[in-house]
Amino acid sequence: MEGPQYPKMYLYRRLVQAKLFIDTHYAEPIDLDNIADEACFSKFHFIKQFKNIYNKTPHQYLISVRIQKAKELLNAGTPVSTVCLAVGFESLGSFSVLFRRIAGMTPSSYVALQQRLRAQMAESPLTFIPGCFAEKNGWLKKSQF
Amino acid sequence: MITKMTHTTVYVLDQESAFDFYTNKLGFKVVTDVPMGKDGRWLTVSPPEQPGFEIVLYPVAKSNLSKEVADTLRELVKKGTFGIAVFTCHDIFATYEELKEKGVKFTKAPTKEFYGTEAIFNDDSGNWFSLAQIN
Repeated sequence: MEGPQYPKMYLYRRLVQAKLFIDTHYAEPIDLDNIADEACFSKFHFIKQFKNIYNKTPHQYLISVRIQKAKELLNAGTPVSTVCLAVGFESLGSFSVLFRRIAGMTPSSYVALQQRLRAQMAESPLTFIPGCFAEKNGWLKKSQF
Repeated sequence: MITKMTHTTVYVLDQESAFDFYTNKLGFKVVTDVPMGKDGRWLTVSPPEQPGFEIVLYPVAKSNLSKEVADTLRELVKKGTFGIAVFTCHDIFATYEELKEKGVKFTKAPTKEFYGTEAIFNDDSGNWFSLAQIN
């Protein structure tokens, strides 16, 4: 299929490339000025256009990606101090503050909550599956009623 | 009175591949992922801003359908017979460029329609979806 032609197509492509760069390099010390240069924008114009599309400034977006990745690593059982460095934060303090602001709880509370959920899923998985699906698949125990 | 839709089923050819497609390419979140029965797996995902709506990624091979029906269904899914849903986004051109970059196959590029701008893409099994930015 031929690609579409639409106004400012080149601009969209550069902004998408910048977003994908953040998605891939979130753990590195990303210099957002460099991204603007790479995308051939002035810093001001870049931030404005990025926000128009993603509802976040590039910096806010970078932080949200880091916190999202942190959640995934915490879910996989990685210790908080390791996660902090692995997603690109330099201090545990700033990581915890930002995590709490975005996730609504501290990293350790998040770990505890996820552990409870996983235990509940393992212990009684049927409570997470609509009964009709479970019945159709033969996952329900036969009942007298 | 019906109030909401909470679950819908999408028949997929390979559950692991669908998991990768819906999470890593489309950016959906896993809601439930639990082993069930002998070798079953209950896997549901949600669009990022709609956590209460679960898409059940249901493998044709593990369904309780007869072999004949499952074979027919597999062929129909592969041929792109089923149009499943409309997904909306804040900016269709940016979303289109990003998904294309990630290898998602589009059969219709963003096109102005009377209700907004719409594109059409297929998932890794063959199911098709509309991607729309509504006016």
